[in-house]
Amino acid sequence: MSVPILKQGDVLIASVQAALTDHDLLHLKDEQANKVGYFRTRGVIIDVTALDVMDSFATRTLRNLAAMTHLRGAETIIVGIQPDVAVSLVQLGLRLEGVATALDLEEGLAWLAQPREA
Amino acid sequence: MMATEARVDIARDIDIVTARQHGRELAGRIGFTGSDPTLIATAISEVARNIIVYSGHGEIRLEMIAGSGREGLLVVASDDGPGIPDVDLAMRDGFSTGNSLGIGLPGARRLMDEFEILSEMGKGTTITMRKWRR
Repeated sequence: MSVPILKQGDVLIASVQAALTDHDLLHLKDEQANKVGYFRTRGVIIDVTALDVMDSFATRTLRNLAAMTHLRGAETIIVGIQPDVAVSLVQLGLRLEGVATALDLEEGLAWLAQPREA
Repeated sequence: MMATEARVDIARDIDIVTARQHGRELAGRIGFTGSDPTLIATAISEVARNIIVYSGHGEIRLEMIAGSGREGLLVVASDDGPGIPDVDLAMRDGFSTGNSLGIGLPGARRLMDEFEILSEMGKGTTITMRKWRR
């Protein structure tokens, strides 16, 4: 199941709708890196509200996605990590260091709208 | 009669999703609450991926268990792949031969209450995990 990506202003919003396979996650990562160039966007939001499990592979792929889009000149923020998923990530020892996170889509959009130093 | 066990064949990445969904369902039926169904589903996801990456094919068996007045969930992940040369090393955080974070197996151990791994070179690997209802 692929993830629909919406463009709103200069932000791309990828809204995960259901459980993702490893292949889906890798596809999302590559697609975002391409779309950042195609739409000349500065910000990417990955909304994972619907994800009930984030394991080490999902976390690594999202971290790589954020690193790749950063190299393409855009910032990524992950929003909507569920409380139980956060508990599980911490127990796994995964903290998503270096990746911005926010509570929900609204907070994510607000974070991306802030002016920041290059 | 509700099912108290499940078996999932693991051969493609979609099977990882199926296995963890079965695990979450069964955990709910056993009466796990709070974060526990998520922790169980995540641990299943890690051991299922381990099968795909290192063996290519195997299975996950899930079963409701009871012991000393408590109930729990048993997960057995088995494959007939090449086996793990050094189990102690594989259980160390950050060690991986499969281009990953090397957090899968040690992470799964932290998510569950009990974790055993048996591996024989050329014969395969069996991981047995249990979580007890609190």
